[in-house]
Amino acid sequence: MRHAVGPAENVENNSFAVSGLFKICTHCERLSKKDLGVRIPRPLGNGPSRFIPEKEILQVSKVDARTQAIIEDAFAALGRLDNISLVMGFHPQYLESFLRTQHYLLQMDGPLSLHYRHYIGIMAAARHQCSYLVNLHVNDFLQVGGDPKWLNGLDEAPQKLQQLGELNKILAHRPWLLTKEHIERLLKAEEHSWSLAELIHAVVLLTHYHSLASFTFGCGITPEIHCDGGHTFRPPSLSQYCVCDIANGNGHANHHDDLLGNQEVCGEVEVLMERMKQLQECRDDEEASQEEMATRFEREKTESMLVVTAEDEECVPSRDISRHFEDPSYGYKDFSRRGEHVPTFRVQDYSWEDHGFSLVNRLYPDVGQMLDEKFQMAYNLTYNTMATHKDVDTSMLRRAIWNYIHCMFGIRYDDYDYGEINQLLDRSFKIYIKTMVCSPEKTTKRMYESFWRQFQHSEKVHVNLLLMEARMQAELLYALRAITRYMT
Amino acid sequence: MEKMSRVTTALSSNAISGRTMFCHLDAPANAISVCRDATQVVVAGRNIFKIYALEEEQFVEKLNLRVGRKPSLNFSCADVMWHQMEENLLATAATNGAVVTWNLGKPSRNKQDQLFTEHKRTVNKVCFHPTEVYMLLSGSQDGFMKCFDLRKKESVSTFSGQSESVRDVQFSMKDYFTFAASFENGNVQLWDIRRPDRYERMFTAHTGPVFCCDWHPDDRGWLATGGRDKMVKVWDMTTNRAKEIYCVQTIASVARVKWRPERKFHLATCSMMVDHNIYVWDIRRPFIPFATFEEHKDVTTGIVWRHQHDPHFLLSGSKDSTLYQHMFKDATRPVDKANPEGLCFGLFGDLAFAAKESLISSDANRKPYPGGDRRYPIFFFKKPDQTEQFAHVSSALSVFETDLDSNRMDWFVKTAQLYLLSGKPFAELCDHNAKVARELKRPQVSTTWTMLRIMFSDPANLTTPGPNHNLSKLGTLPLMNSFSMKEMGSGMGTESRLERSKGESRQDNIHLEPGNMHISNNNEENEETEGSEGQAEYMFGDAELDDDDLYSMEHDNQTEEQEYTLPQEAFQLRHEIMDNPSAPEHLQQDKADSPHVSGNEAEVTCLTPIESFSLISISQPLFSPHLPASFFCPIVREMLSYYAEQGDVQMAVSVLIVLGDRIRKEIDDLTQEHWYMSYIDLLQRFELWNVSNEVIKLSTCSAITCLNQASTTLHINCSNCKRPMSNKGWICDRCHQCASVCAVCHHVVKGLFVWCQGCSHGGHLEHIMNWLKSSTHCPAGCGHLCEYT
Repeated sequence: MRHAVGPAENVENNSFAVSGLFKICTHCERLSKKDLGVRIPRPLGNGPSRFIPEKEILQVSKVDARTQAIIEDAFAALGRLDNISLVMGFHPQYLESFLRTQHYLLQMDGPLSLHYRHYIGIMAAARHQCSYLVNLHVNDFLQVGGDPKWLNGLDEAPQKLQQLGELNKILAHRPWLLTKEHIERLLKAEEHSWSLAELIHAVVLLTHYHSLASFTFGCGITPEIHCDGGHTFRPPSLSQYCVCDIANGNGHANHHDDLLGNQEVCGEVEVLMERMKQLQECRDDEEASQEEMATRFEREKTESMLVVTAEDEECVPSRDISRHFEDPSYGYKDFSRRGEHVPTFRVQDYSWEDHGFSLVNRLYPDVGQMLDEKFQMAYNLTYNTMATHKDVDTSMLRRAIWNYIHCMFGIRYDDYDYGEINQLLDRSFKIYIKTMVCSPEKTTKRMYESFWRQFQHSEKVHVNLLLMEARMQAELLYALRAITRYMT
Repeated sequence: MEKMSRVTTALSSNAISGRTMFCHLDAPANAISVCRDATQVVVAGRNIFKIYALEEEQFVEKLNLRVGRKPSLNFSCADVMWHQMEENLLATAATNGAVVTWNLGKPSRNKQDQLFTEHKRTVNKVCFHPTEVYMLLSGSQDGFMKCFDLRKKESVSTFSGQSESVRDVQFSMKDYFTFAASFENGNVQLWDIRRPDRYERMFTAHTGPVFCCDWHPDDRGWLATGGRDKMVKVWDMTTNRAKEIYCVQTIASVARVKWRPERKFHLATCSMMVDHNIYVWDIRRPFIPFATFEEHKDVTTGIVWRHQHDPHFLLSGSKDSTLYQHMFKDATRPVDKANPEGLCFGLFGDLAFAAKESLISSDANRKPYPGGDRRYPIFFFKKPDQTEQFAHVSSALSVFETDLDSNRMDWFVKTAQLYLLSGKPFAELCDHNAKVARELKRPQVSTTWTMLRIMFSDPANLTTPGPNHNLSKLGTLPLMNSFSMKEMGSGMGTESRLERSKGESRQDNIHLEPGNMHISNNNEENEETEGSEGQAEYMFGDAELDDDDLYSMEHDNQTEEQEYTLPQEAFQLRHEIMDNPSAPEHLQQDKADSPHVSGNEAEVTCLTPIESFSLISISQPLFSPHLPASFFCPIVREMLSYYAEQGDVQMAVSVLIVLGDRIRKEIDDLTQEHWYMSYIDLLQRFELWNVSNEVIKLSTCSAITCLNQASTTLHINCSNCKRPMSNKGWICDRCHQCASVCAVCHHVVKGLFVWCQGCSHGGHLEHIMNWLKSSTHCPAGCGHLCEYT
C-alpha cells in the first residue's frame, strides 16, 4: 500500500534509543538494524483520505489490469502516485482522463514554461489554502528549476505572474465579476504582458487547481508522506502495535461512525429514489408556467445564499500558505447579493460545447479535446446504482447536482426546472456542496459524513468529481467568455 | 396584410433588387429565416423576435412578435423557420425546450399559435417540411427528434437518435420522406419519417459535434455538414455508404452551412466562434474562399439566401445585433489578394514552386511531383464559368529536388572515407582528393585540390609546361611512389634520407634533366620530405606494422624504438625548414618581380576556381620557375578560413593535413585546434571512428593528438590475490608476488605477455612462440593443447 518512501534523513540520534522505547517486531528490528542511523518517517494519516477508511480505498496490489496500467502510467510520468489519484481510483475511467489532462497541462507542449505552470498551480491552490496541493507543487516547482525566491510570496515572483494574482482571486471566488477589462490588462502590459495562448493555459491551470482544491478538501485528502504534515518521526504512543502495523493501516480504524447514523436515516435513499420517480412521472402533468420557472431559478439562487456553511470555525491560514496569495479576506460572496446585480449567465448563449471548446482548442490545441472528454466523463459517469439499489437512472440526480453548482455561480440553463433541485438535494447535502465549492477549506469530516449517510464512499467520491468538474467548467466559462469578449 | 400582398405582387415579376445594407437590432440574433417570396425576414434571438421587410434601400421593421409585459422563455429562440409554403406560418425553437408556432394571420397582438413542450432540453432546430404544410420537425438537446402535425396538439412521432444531442434536422429537398439529423457526437443519421423506430442509415461525419447540415437544393444525393472540427464536408448519399466527396477546411468551427442557389458547387458558411466572416466556398477549390463578407463585428449566427433561385443576395444575422443584406457583387474576393505564385524551400533544399499552369506549361522538363500528399493537389483545374467572375484557376506545383549528393550529408561521409590524407606523395594526394571531390559533384572543392597541387608541387614540374603533361605524368606516379616508399620504409634510415633531402636544394632540382621521369619523381619525393609528408609517410609505415602482427613481433624492440623516435624526427624536419631562410626572401623577390595582379588572380582562384583555372595555367609561365610554395600561403590560408566559415571544416582540415608544414605556420594554433575539434566531432557523430582517429593521429596540434592518449589505460588484476594492480603491471603491491611469470623461463614478464585463452598459462611472447614450435602442450604442464597462431 505504501507507495512513496519518505526521504531518508540522517540524524545523529541513534536508533537504539528509539527502539528501547517501544516494542518492535523482529522484522522491523532487522530492518532498522540494516539502516543503521536512518530514521524512518511514519505517516500521520491513515491512508490517503481522512474521511474514508483506508481499507475501502483501492489497494494498489489488488486492482484490475486496466486500473493497474493507468496507475503505472501515472507513476511513470510523475514518479509518485499521490493520494488524490488513489482516492479517484474508485472511478478508474475518470482517473485516466483526469491524469491524462493533468499530465498534458503540466508536462507536455504548452506555451508556458514548466516552472510557471507549477507556480500557477501553487497560486491557485493557495487561494483555497490547500496546503496539500501547495506542498506537492512546491516540490515540483523546485524540481523543474524554479527560483526558490518566488516561494517567499507573490511579491518575489516576476511581474507577469503578479498580474495574474487578480485573475486568480476573482476566478476562485467570484468569477462572474470577470470582465474583458481584466483580460485586457493582462494582455496589454508591455513587457509583462501575456499572450493569448499563455493566458488560456494559465486560466486552464488556475481553474484546474481551484477545483482540485475543492476535491482535496471534499475528500479529506491527507498530506503526502514526504510533505509537511504528512509524516512524523515521533514514535507512536501506543505500545501494543508495532510501527509497521500502524503504517500498514492495521491500527485502530474508526468503525464506530458507520453505525452511528444508520438507524435514524434508513430509507433516505428510498425517499430520494421515490422523489426522482415522481419527478419523472409528473413532469408532464404539472406544467409550471414560464414565470414560475424563472422564479424557481431565482429562488434557488437566493436560497443557495442562505445555505450557510455550518461550521464557522475561523481557520487561520498557516503562514506558509498565505504568503502565496494576497488579499486573504477576498472570498466567495454570494452571487445574488442584494445591491449589486450581475446578469445571469445563460448557458445557451455561451456553452462549453459550442463556444468554450472552440476557443480553448484554437489557442491551446488538444487541451480543449481533453477537457471536453473529462467533462463528459464526469457528467456521464454512472454505474446505475444508488447505495444498495441497482439499475437506477441517476442522470436526473447528476444533472441536479451539476446545475446546482452552476447555479451558485449564476449560470442558468433555460431548459432546466430548478424546482427539481429542491426535491432531490437535501439540506445537509446542499451545505456540503456549497462549502466545498465556495470555501472548500471549511469542509469538515462531519459535513462529509452528514450527507447521504447510506451511500458508499465511492459514491461520495463520485459526487466530489461532479462538483469538481462542474466548478471547473463554471469558472472556465466565465473566463473564456471574458476572453471572447475581449477578442471581439 | 394589405401592404404585404402588394409587395408580393411587385416581386412576382421576379425583380429582386437591393443593395448591401444593414439595420441595428435591439439584441443579438440567434437565427434568421426568410419568407418564400423573399420580401420579409424574421430575426430571432434570446431577446428579440421581429419581422423586417426588405425594401429597396433599407430594412423596415414590420412586426414585433415579442409581446407581453414579462416575456416568457418561450420567446427565447434558438432557431426560427418561416414556412416555405404558407407565408403566415412560423416556427421557433425555444431554449427552454418548447417548440412554438406562430400564425401571422392572427388578428390579436400575440401571434403565438401552438406550443409543444414535449422536449426536456433546449430545442436546437426546427424544420418545416418543404412541401407539406402541416409537418414540423424538431431536434433537441435531449437527443430526440419529434415530428409534429400542426393540426394536432402533440407530436405524431418521436425519433430517438440513441446518441447525444441533436444539433440540426433537415428535410430532404427531393425525397419526400427523408430527413437528416446531425448529432453532438459527430454522427449524422438519415431517417424515414414513416419509421420512427430506427434510422435508415448512420455514419460518423466529424470528430466532435456536427453543428449543421444542408441538403443540396438540386442534387438529391448531396448533403453538406459542418462541424466543430472546422470542416465542411459534402457527402454523396446516393451510394450504399455515405461517401465524402468534398471537404473544405475552414479556420473555425462551422455553425451554419447553406448551399448557394443556382450554383451547384457553392455554399456559404459562418463560424461559431472567433471568426466573424461569412464565406462562400467553391467546394472544388477548398483552400481559398470564393467570396467573403466581412461586415459583422461579432460572430454570425444565421445566414440565409434571400431567394430560392437568386444567388446574389445573402442575409445574415449576428451577435453584434445587426442584420445585413449582402450583395454578392460587393463581396471580397480573397483570390484577388492571394499570391499567384508560391515558392518555398524545403528542409533539405528542395524547392517547390507553384504557379499558373499557363506560365510553366512551356517548360518541357517539368514533371509533376511524384507521390505528393493528396491533400495538396498538384493540379487544380476549374472550368471557366461564364456567369461568374471567378478567375480561371489552374496551377501547377513543381518540386525541384536538389541533388541528393549535394544536399544530404552523404558527401561528408563519402569524402571522409575516400580522402587520402597521408601515405602518398603530396601531388598524388591532391589528385586523389580532387578526383574524390569531383566524383561527389563538388567541383569547387575538386578544383581547389588541383590548385593546391599546382601551387605546392615541385617547381621542377613547371619546366614541363601545360597541365596536360602534368596529368599524364601523374598517371605513372603511383608505381614509382610505392617503389620508393618501400625502399625508404625498410632499408633507408631516416637520417640518411634527411641528409639527402637537405643536400638537394631546389636549384639542383632545376638542373636535373626534365625528361628523366625517374629523377624528377625522386626530386619530388625529396621535396616532400621537407614538408609534412615525410612524417606522414612514416605514420603510414607504422600503420602497416600494426596491421601485421607477425611482423611487429619479429622486430619487437626495433619497431618500438622507431615509434618513439619518430616525433623527434618530425621536430627536426620542422627545424630544417625553419632554418631555411631562403624561402621568405624568395617570396619577397618574387613579389617584387611579379605584378600585383597575379596575387589577385590567385585570390580569385580560391573563390571561383572553375573560371580561374585556365587563367592560372596560362599564367604559370609568367612566374619565375623559382616561385616558392610559400608564396601562396596567405591565399591558401584565406581559402581555408573561407571553407571553414562556409561550414566545410572537413575541407579545411583535410587541406591542413595534406599540406602539413607548408601551411601550418600560417595559421594560428587556436584556429587549427578549433577546426580539428569540429571536424573530429563531426566525424564521430557520423560514427566514422577510423577516419576520426586518423585525423587525430595526423594532426600536429598537441591538444588534438593527446585525444588519442586519453583513456588508454588497461587495468589488470593480480592473478594471486585478485586485487587490482595499481603500480606496476607485473608485481602486486599487496601480496608482493609477481603476477605474471613466464611459463617457460619462470621469470617475470615485464613486456609483452602472451597467454593461452584455454588454460590461461603464458609468458614471454618469444618463449611461448618457440615453445609451441616444438611442442603442442602447454609449457606449464597442465596438459592443455595450446596453439599459437
